[in-house]
Amino acid sequence: MNLSRRQILVLLPAAAIAWKSVLAGEPETSPNYTMTDHWWGMLIDIPKCIGCGNCVRACQAENDVPDGYFRTWVERYHVTDENMTTPEVISPDGGKEGFPSAEEDAGKYFFVPKLCNHCADSPCTQVCPVGATFVSPDGVVLVDQTYCLGCAYCVQACPYGCRYVHPTKKVADKCTLCYHRITKGLTTACAENCPTGARQLVDLKNPKDPIHVFLKTHSVQILKPQMATGAKVYYNDLDGSVR
Amino acid sequence: MNLFKDTGHLLRFAALFVIAFLLFWAIRGFVVPRTFGQYGHYRGAAIGEIASRPAQYAGHDACETCHSDVLDLKKAGRHAHVNCEACHGAQAKHAADPGTFTPAKLDTATLCVRCHSISAARPKNFPQVNVADHANGVPCETCHQPHSPAIGASPAVTGGAK
Repeated sequence: MNLSRRQILVLLPAAAIAWKSVLAGEPETSPNYTMTDHWWGMLIDIPKCIGCGNCVRACQAENDVPDGYFRTWVERYHVTDENMTTPEVISPDGGKEGFPSAEEDAGKYFFVPKLCNHCADSPCTQVCPVGATFVSPDGVVLVDQTYCLGCAYCVQACPYGCRYVHPTKKVADKCTLCYHRITKGLTTACAENCPTGARQLVDLKNPKDPIHVFLKTHSVQILKPQMATGAKVYYNDLDGSVR
Repeated sequence: MNLFKDTGHLLRFAALFVIAFLLFWAIRGFVVPRTFGQYGHYRGAAIGEIASRPAQYAGHDACETCHSDVLDLKKAGRHAHVNCEACHGAQAKHAADPGTFTPAKLDTATLCVRCHSISAARPKNFPQVNVADHANGVPCETCHQPHSPAIGASPAVTGGAK
């Protein structure tokens, strides 16, 4: 077969594209799970949280989170009459092993579990220069770790401090809302292991989800609403001093 | 009247453009993943890859299939809403292969205290004890059956035999 220079110039790119399609194969899909049927979020019932740290330990075990890094953590607030705007906040090792005993005195104590807010209009995904982090069609903010450069723009952009650069993988890492569990019909590891039901996975597209009644009947707040992030972690009975 | 007279240099220039475009297209075909842009400005296949990770915690339903005796006891008590793995740890491996993977024995001295040691920070209606005064070093399960902890709540209170 004799090919002219011109024919080769046309055929080579065509062959390259054909070969590329063969290599890529079909995209993976989870059976029995339709992304467009769900819109995930979480409900955190502050008065139920006892600060045991079960969620933090469960998250580490489920997601292989390195020591000293947290996809979820628990903060303890101590608010007195004098420090309403600057409350004392502690979170020893993310609250993983619980908290030191608190003495009854002036003011109030409460626990605030934190995690990625899975914002509908997330600041972190907007700054990614390569499209490695995104809001999935079912409302979960995920990181494509094979595509991430590790530039940490998203770490800076998150107003809630929920991202970190993984110390060995050198790519952005964060709460996936246990995406590998919720797509199989399980709840998240943190909600599964919460002994008091202070954390509940909610599906806002499911009309039977109790969240709809809960939102109508309770005083529910999101964190930093002034930033218009569309956060989907709902806090029941959240104190105004929480930042 | 010959419009195409002396146009050879223009055609060569146009050919260069076409070649450059084809090269760009070919290289782009190689470097941009096939599923990029499937749902948005990201690799669509990443969603499936993240979803395909195995779970470590089996979930409450998995425990119910075998341990219905413990569940009946638990349902009646105050720990009814505490899922098994909240105390027993991640047991997906045990659920998949109960013969090879057995849950570790639990130490109530650390486990119970995590939730029930007294602290002003805990909700007021949550049962809490001053550990040093309350038990005087006696292990919790001597009096409380962990699956149904109220004393005398169940005939199965046998000094923690369960």
